Amino acid sequence: MTPLLKGDGLTLVRGGRLLFERLDLMLEPGGALHVTGPNGSGKTSLIRLVAGLLQPSAGRIERADAALADDGLAFDRELPLGRALAFWKGPDLGKAIAAFHLDALTHVPVRLLSTGQAKRASLARVMASGAPLWLLDEPLNGLDQDGAKRLNAAISAHRDAGGVVLAASHLPLDGNWHGLELGA
Amino acid sequence: MTGALIAREVRRGLHGAAWLPVAFFLLVATIVPFAIGPDARLLARIGGGALWIAALTAALIPVERLVEPDRADGILDQLAMTGMAEEAVGSAKIIGHWLTFGPLLLIAAVPGGVLVGLDGPALIRCLVSLAIGTPALAALAVTVASLTAGLPRAGALAGLLLMPLAVPLVIFGAAATGGDASSALKLEAAVALLTVAGAPFVSGAAIRAARS
Repeated sequence: MTPLLKGDGLTLVRGGRLLFERLDLMLEPGGALHVTGPNGSGKTSLIRLVAGLLQPSAGRIERADAALADDGLAFDRELPLGRALAFWKGPDLGKAIAAFHLDALTHVPVRLLSTGQAKRASLARVMASGAPLWLLDEPLNGLDQDGAKRLNAAISAHRDAGGVVLAASHLPLDGNWHGLELGA
Repeated sequence: MTGALIAREVRRGLHGAAWLPVAFFLLVATIVPFAIGPDARLLARIGGGALWIAALTAALIPVERLVEPDRADGILDQLAMTGMAEEAVGSAKIIGHWLTFGPLLLIAAVPGGVLVGLDGPALIRCLVSLAIGTPALAALAVTVASLTAGLPRAGALAGLLLMPLAVPLVIFGAAATGGDASSALKLEAAVALLTVAGAPFVSGAAIRAARS
């Protein structure tokens, strides 16, 4: 099997601080990696590095197409949620809206969504993208029990279909994850 | 994605404050006769240049809303995740911004030209010169907005950056509003072309640099 994410000897220095050094990553189809660590240990930076939004100080990354959910909402506040999601043009948009129970919210302007609803919308964008590699930064933040259950279901369906997930979270995630602790 | 982004920029421009730069432009054009006095011949001689200064200052008004809100909200990151190059984002923003800035400014230039005492042929020369110059002004605005995105007091900094960059454009643009101006018009077009062609690359590099 060819890995969907492969990082060799990743080193990242930000603002004169060494966040991690010679880190190797490997995710094969169906795999999932849970990144943990104290605040400031570089979890978000690792996610952004894999996303290609940061360049490693050393090492290199090969990856499949990826989708990212982080704390940037990236929806136009004045648009109804349905149109705001449609701007990002995912092939699985309908499925994603149903999976995160957003059907009733498609006519609601984004600015009126609650924190948890907005989080579900940003996770739905990841699912809608059809990308094999999901990058989730603190995906459980703001989600209620039902939201967390839907996220876990979406993740296991995605992995069953051969996708991979890299998640940074200080909360436990359901299922069978490899662990990576930063700043240890 | 580029087409959708251009449409989004136009929609946001029209919903937001597309009329603000135009109102500012007309206001400056109104103040010129008060500052210079009622001498119609003097006014007509400096009118073209005065409209250019009005256009330049109007171009500064929207700078803060062009790039920074999208950077802060993660839209630029999500666009990168779709595989869209930052240079393409810059181009789309320039086109989208010009569509809500250029045509409105040209319409406002007609009453603006009358306010500074331009007669028929002079007004037409002025409109042609502004029509060629506004894409470059829009390109400069997006470039400067990208360069200052995320910085404190970005608005004031943007003014300090944009004005000097626009000097060649203003020199030839204002000269092209005078009589016997065909060579000035060609030089203005050359400067505008260079600006519009280079701006997406500077803008793209600035968007990337703002991430690290």
